Amino acid sequence: MKEIAIVGFQQSDSVSDAGAVNEVEMIMPVLSRVFQQVGINNAQDVGFVCSGSCDYLQGAAFAFVAGVDALGAVPPIKESHVEMDAAWALYESILKIRMGHADSALIYGFGKSSPGELPIVMSQQLDPYYLAPLWVDSISLAALQARLMLDQGLITERDMAEVVSRSRRNAMNNPHAQLAGDVAPDDVLAQEIYLSPLRKADICPVSDGASAMIIATVEKAKEWGLPYAIISGIDHCIETHNLGMRDLTDSVSTRTAAKRAGMGAGPVEVAELYAPFSHQEIILRRALGLSDETSINPSGGVLAGNMMMASGLSRIGEVFNRIVSGEVQRGIAHATSGPCLQHNLVTVLEKA
Amino acid sequence: MSEEQEAVTVVKAPVYLKYNFTAGAAPARFLAQIKKGVLTGQRCPKCSAVYVPPRGSCGGCGVATEEEVVLSNKATVQSFTIVYIPIPNNPIQPPYIIANVVPDGANVSFIHLMSECVNEDVHIGARVEAVWKPKEEWGFAMDNIRYYRPIDEPNVPVDQIGKLSVTGLEG
Repeated sequence: MKEIAIVGFQQSDSVSDAGAVNEVEMIMPVLSRVFQQVGINNAQDVGFVCSGSCDYLQGAAFAFVAGVDALGAVPPIKESHVEMDAAWALYESILKIRMGHADSALIYGFGKSSPGELPIVMSQQLDPYYLAPLWVDSISLAALQARLMLDQGLITERDMAEVVSRSRRNAMNNPHAQLAGDVAPDDVLAQEIYLSPLRKADICPVSDGASAMIIATVEKAKEWGLPYAIISGIDHCIETHNLGMRDLTDSVSTRTAAKRAGMGAGPVEVAELYAPFSHQEIILRRALGLSDETSINPSGGVLAGNMMMASGLSRIGEVFNRIVSGEVQRGIAHATSGPCLQHNLVTVLEKA
Repeated sequence: MSEEQEAVTVVKAPVYLKYNFTAGAAPARFLAQIKKGVLTGQRCPKCSAVYVPPRGSCGGCGVATEEEVVLSNKATVQSFTIVYIPIPNNPIQPPYIIANVVPDGANVSFIHLMSECVNEDVHIGARVEAVWKPKEEWGFAMDNIRYYRPIDEPNVPVDQIGKLSVTGLEG
């Protein structure tokens, strides 16, 4: 099987409101930076392009098509899209390369979440049938999950506050972070409850932004003469729509995906986990069996900035950056979608 | 004896979501000009194509369109259709014409209404001009131009449509 390498990654700052710019205007600077990093002109110089975005964020059907205007798609290019986080666009691109249909690919994700009411937008987008008639939003669903954890004695509010504290402190080293600072667990616990049992700090912020990645076969990466990291495994699994049928205190799909991606074949020095709520990071850490040896979310994770449809790809990019800089040799990145960690993707990255 | 209840077979759950829509930086510049009664496009720094209304990038080249270009009130019909079906709440009575028009100085067309014309005489390549609403009614909207009407100028050959300079046929 063809070995696949990441050769470039760029992301915008995670901001609470990108202001007047539209999606194309948000994507173009990030794409321009990733093209420059790899030394190519535009999307004409890669074999395949795949994007991840969500029309519900804009409230306009086929809004994702506008993203193509950022590519330089004349003459026509091979292009695809997932109505998901761009981590899944990476998955599609890997399949495309492994099938021999391309030897390189551009992946980008973007989301301007600030114009809508994100918690309700997300629950309406992903579940138009089962729970949508109840108008239950994504924060309320996560609060139910946290309540289950607390009531079963699986976590304490201090455990959650410690996750927030580490995120805020790690994010001080992340120039793209939206929320960063020297925040102690006690500072978090001193905050009032927002939606019981969650405090505002337990919830990722609403963010606007974009990220982009370029991958290639190892041969192509060598031809380009670029530092790269190997994607040694990637897999994703999904659980049922029906929240009542899931064990919300565990993430079976994450564990299965990690196993199938080959996470256990070596040490995990770093793990970037897509946990939009503090208690979910604990669920993921336990589901993956990560020990204290693993550095969790050194970027601050999505509690420091949650660019919808881009943050999953950014988790992978954060691990790539740390491998290429020589900081670590092996790590994993996780992406999620759906209420209460319904759908999970795990990527294993290794030093070349 | 328990009371029999009818099975619930339908639940109505209308979806309504609110958004604060922003047009984008480039469309916002365009709209600010049209509020002043000026039709503008934006030029691609790479291929020189002029887009109207500008959306922020040249779709062909994938780069930002920065340079603003003032366009003519005159335009050419690139394509059109005659609408016979009445649309609810639309004050315009059929049959009427919807046309793709390219303003002089631009390279892409936009859709607008045609009026003051004999529908059967409208044709591809026909020369038209914008009829604006009274100044006091101008807003941040394309319908500041009420419609396009035919003008007495020679037809534009098909291969020249979308290629005229801002000075029109003379250019």
